[in-house]
Order: sequence, then C-alpha cells, then structure tokens
Amino acid sequence: MSKILVVAEHDGARLNASTAKCVSCASQVAGASIDVLVLAPDGSSVASQAAALAGVGKVLVAENPANVEPLAAVLAPQVAKLAAGYTHVFGPSTTFGKDLMPRVAALLGVGQVSDVMAVEGPHAFKRPIYAGNAVLTLEVPTDAVVVATVRVASFEAAAPGGSAVIEKVDAGVPLPTHTRFVSRSGATTGRPDLQSAARVVAGGRALGSAEGFNIIYSLADKMGAAVGASRAAVDAGYVPNDLQVGQTGKIIAPELYLAIGISGAIQHMTGIKDARTIVAINKDGEAPIFEAADIGLVGDLFAIVPELEKQLGG
Amino acid sequence: MRRIMVGVKRVVDYNVRVRVKPDNTGVVTEGVKMSINPFDEIALEEALRIKEKGLADEVLAVGIGPADSQQQLRTALAMGADRAILVQTDATVPPLSVARIFRQLIDKEQPFLVLLGKQAIDDDNGQAPQMLAALWDRPQAVSCSKIEIGDGKATVTREVDAGLEVLELDLPAVMSVDLRLNEPRYVKLPDIMKAKKKPLDTLGPGDFGLTEAPAFKTVRVEPPPQRQKGVMVKDVAELVDALKKKGLV
Repeated sequence: MSKILVVAEHDGARLNASTAKCVSCASQVAGASIDVLVLAPDGSSVASQAAALAGVGKVLVAENPANVEPLAAVLAPQVAKLAAGYTHVFGPSTTFGKDLMPRVAALLGVGQVSDVMAVEGPHAFKRPIYAGNAVLTLEVPTDAVVVATVRVASFEAAAPGGSAVIEKVDAGVPLPTHTRFVSRSGATTGRPDLQSAARVVAGGRALGSAEGFNIIYSLADKMGAAVGASRAAVDAGYVPNDLQVGQTGKIIAPELYLAIGISGAIQHMTGIKDARTIVAINKDGEAPIFEAADIGLVGDLFAIVPELEKQLGG
Repeated sequence: MRRIMVGVKRVVDYNVRVRVKPDNTGVVTEGVKMSINPFDEIALEEALRIKEKGLADEVLAVGIGPADSQQQLRTALAMGADRAILVQTDATVPPLSVARIFRQLIDKEQPFLVLLGKQAIDDDNGQAPQMLAALWDRPQAVSCSKIEIGDGKATVTREVDAGLEVLELDLPAVMSVDLRLNEPRYVKLPDIMKAKKKPLDTLGPGDFGLTEAPAFKTVRVEPPPQRQKGVMVKDVAELVDALKKKGLV
C-alpha cells in the first residue's frame, strides 16, 4: 500500500496551483493514501487550502520561522525527516521543486525521478528526456522510497471538495544558516499566471525590441491571456526571464497557445507540446513552428497582430 | 590554493535531432556529434572569469563517462581549465552517484566553489548539484544568472518561476548555472595545442568505492506522441473563424 507525501508549494498565503497537480498525480498511484506537507512560519491558511483538495487524507504543518522563504537547504532536512514511513515523496517540477526535491532524495540516499509525466504503476513512471524528443519509462527499485518531481503540465488539478485533517508536526532537526535569502523581484503584472493560464500569447525575436513586444501584451490583454516568450526574446532583453517558455523555462499546457514571431526551436516546442491548440503566426512559411501548429498564418506580424486584436472585437 | 571544481559532461550536441532506437532501448548516439553539455560550458566559463579576476588560483574540470569524454575535457583545458580528471566508466552514472564521486573528490581537492550545469541536455535530470550540496552539507544555488564572489561568501542571483531571487551563501558552496550567466569563449588553435600538455588524470569508479549503483531500470524509450498536421489559413478573418469554430475565442 502506497503512502504518498506531497510537499506543498506556496507563497506564505496562497497554495500554488502546482500542488493540486501533484495531488492529482499521486492519486493515479492505485490505492495510495495522500498527505500534504506545508512548511511555513505560519501555515494555517495554506493548510486549509490544501485540506480542501479532493483525495488528501491529512495535511501536516511544520511551522518554523526559518521556513519563511523556500530555501532548499533549510526545507530539505525537515522533509527528509518527516518522510519517514512514506513510500513516495512528490514535489512539483517548478523551480521550487527542482531546487528542493533532489536535496531531499540525497538526504534519503535514493535517486530521484524528474518530471513525471505519467504514472505506470507504484514504481513505474514516464518522463521526458532529450528536451522531450524521447519518452523514458523507468522503474524505481521496489525497496526504495520514490522521490519525484511532477511535470505539472501533464496533470489536471485535483478537484476541490476535500476535508482533510490538519495536524501540526515538528521535524526537530537542526537547520543550517549558511544560506540566506536576500530579495526576490518579479513582474506583478495583473495578467494571468503563465504556468496555469488557459490562453497564452507568446512572442519571439521577430518582435524586434521591447517596444515591439507591446503588441503582444496588448493582444494578450484583449484575450485575457498570459504572456510568454521564446528564449531568443528573453536573451535579447525584450522581456524578463520569468516569461520564458521551453526546455529551460516554463513547461505549459494551455487550451490555446499563440506563437507570434517564434521560429519553433526544439527547445521551445518542449515547453508547449501539451497545449491543446497551437496557433503560429510567422513571416517565414518554412519555420519549424508550422510543423506543430494546429493553425498557421504566414505574414507580417506587425500587420496581423493589431488586425487580429481588432477583429476579436469588443 | 583557491580552487574551483567544474563538472564537464559529454552529451549529444545541442543541434542534433535526437532519434529513438528502433528497439526502444535508448536513443541513437553512434555517429552523432558529441559536445560539452552547454550548461557545463557556461559553468566552466564562469570559473575561468572568476580566476581571471584574481579570485581563484586553479580551475579543475571533472568528467564522468566513457574514454571518449577525454575529448570534452581537452576542450575544457583548451578553454582555460588548468587540469582535468576523468572518472572513466561505460556505465550510465545516475545523478546520486555523480554527487557521491564529486563529494569524495571534494575531500581531496578542497575547492571553495563547485560550479555545475543546471541540467545535462541528455537526461534532463537537473539533480546532481543539489544532491552534492546535500551530501556535502553546504549551500546550493540552482539556476544562477549572476555570481559575485566575496570574502568567504557569495551573492548569487538565480532564475525562479516568479522572476529573480538573490541569495547570500557562505563558501564553500555548490552552484548550478543557467543560460544567461555568460557566453562561453571560443577556443583558439594555439590553446588546443597548449591543452595537450595540461594534466588529465584518469580514475575509475572503483577508486571511489562505488560498485555499479543500481540506476533506475529503463523499461522503454519511445518517441513522443506526434501532433496532428494542422491547417494553414490565408488571413486574419480566416484565423478568427477557425478559432471561433474551436470555441477558443
């Protein structure tokens, strides 16, 4: 019988949507019981959100002032200690989970499964390799704890409707002070979150400049969409790094992805493979993006995008 | 000796279109161009820049892999690494074993900084740096886009989903590097000649007391599901119609 511990991602007040995806992945391990672990200075609000996820049996809350920022070096020893008795420990394959979970696995003396995209059995999983150009099915030894990160784009969020028990726990382990949080800066744009948005409008190098990118923001706002970008656009300085979609940026699965002036390098396509509908607008009809697009339009994006915004009307 | 240790992995080149073997046991690597993992190249470049600023005395490149990994280590030496170590094995070495090998080398080499790529572009695991930091009980900074070495500590900027995060770490520490940290230098021909004289030691996994660690069992490798071929529209009006038919706008 599998006992799965899901490490919650949150910002101190709100549970990140990635946690509901991890719970959903965990629920695909047949017959598993699922607990969620919240590490925070004051975890009551986040814990009640986690307790409301369907399928969660218990929410463990480890409160400690040191947990105010998600530092892997501080969180990992607590997770490793509290993982005792569990057969699986899952975290999201977001920058939070990618930082934390390998450190947890090493403390437990086991390997880690990165980017689980499908559950094939309690110890068998599918994951992408080579930028998603191949899919590996692997088996973890049955006597080892399974530590894994979950590719959030591959799973629907667990539904609400749960009423899990909330329980305070104390890991009682010494915590290091060698790693200190200084600051975090990020766009608070008021636009939908790129990782979880139903619609995404993304721009590439063809936008030509940060000013040129304004037509992307404008169209996105008209459509109520999040904004994304190719690595080329980020490297050129048109937009900040947190908008990058692809192998080394965000992996997303929106209903609609509008790729504008994006050529479609393999590394970018990795990030959007699970999008329901991909629309490509590019002046180069030979661009690889058209091989993956459901709808393609060849032409000058500076003419097409404003026209599209107009025709979408009020 | 203020030493920086850098990981250098031999991987299928970034530009190769990878194909799955017909028997589904892996991907085709025979006759395919191999290179230094691009993230490792950035880690090496950063180590060289730190040394050139006078903040380090030696850059040690470490590779784990088959005998041919010497090619990538020679390239690392040509870029400017002072010496190299190859832990030679034909086996697949999982990230935890990589971390264990580095952990033992750290005892011998006493680096103040270990710089690694944030992931290798073959397995896309992204685990070894964090695992090494755990085994060493030292700070980690993952996906660094800026590194400033100070007196006994470092300030790093790392790329996170929310934007950029700044951390202060006591040294020694493990850092994994992201694409925007720097642009690696090109290797010049005279440097390739000079690199032939630089020391490259070869060890085996047995030197680290590692019996072949049980990696996860590979059940099957297959190509990803292909998307259906789409349609081309000729203008914005047709595009809007197509989106409306799908109920997307």
